[in-house]
Amino acid sequence: MNFNIQLTGEFIAFFALAVCAIVGAVMALNFTKVVHTALSLAFTFIALAGLYVVLDAEFVAFVQVLLYVGAITILMIFGIMMTKHQGEGQEPARPLLETLAAVGCLCLLAILIFAIRDADFPAETASLPADTTREIGMQLFTRMAVPFELVSVLLTVAFIGAIALAKKEEDPK
Amino acid sequence: MNMLASYLTLAAVLFCVGLYGVLTKRNAIIVLLSIELMLNAVNLNLVAFSKYGVQPSLTGQIFSLFTMTVAAAEAAVGVAILVAIYRAKTSVNVDEFDELRR
Repeated sequence: MNFNIQLTGEFIAFFALAVCAIVGAVMALNFTKVVHTALSLAFTFIALAGLYVVLDAEFVAFVQVLLYVGAITILMIFGIMMTKHQGEGQEPARPLLETLAAVGCLCLLAILIFAIRDADFPAETASLPADTTREIGMQLFTRMAVPFELVSVLLTVAFIGAIALAKKEEDPK
Repeated sequence: MNMLASYLTLAAVLFCVGLYGVLTKRNAIIVLLSIELMLNAVNLNLVAFSKYGVQPSLTGQIFSLFTMTVAAAEAAVGVAILVAIYRAKTSVNVDEFDELRR
């Protein structure tokens, strides 16, 4: 079926990076301090960037490091610094809710893995162009030009909105 | 022979870990980070299909770039809302953000 795999270099790289990603994600939920969670997820994001390199997506890997590891983690750490996290881990546990959530997530995981095992993936008919970064650049400015510009508008609107939201309101006099 | 199934399984595991974090964690920043983890799992699927799909093409990679951009916008607005709520309530516990429900 789909899970018999021979030991190639790609598989070894995939396995090592996958273990890193899953360990980072699970540890992130185990830590009690928020900063540790953020750093552990940064580790997961780096492992995912490595997986993108294995998948011949060098540009996406580069953007992943730049954006997730660089920007989003730092943004979250700034968010942690601007808010107080004293009484963490002291809240009463909610065993019922956590059990229900775990059961639901495991059910979803089981369904997904069952579907992936059952699916029949035909072999690829072509291969990616050798210079993917160059091809991505060409497509972004020809075929994908309109969505590209729309995304830049979205980013501008989002950042103006973020500044407007987080700005200190003046006292009304 | 099929690496695609392995990548899809890894993405499913990461997505479920992120979902569990969103559902159980009470710190709003961890909830936001878990959402980022779920978005990353989706990106991994897109990039995997762009290499191992029936017709490999760069559309998957370009789509994942757009997803990352939207995720960045979402994180920025999310942290801004969080800081604004923190000013009003002095708390980042999502259980206390229930004004609209009362």
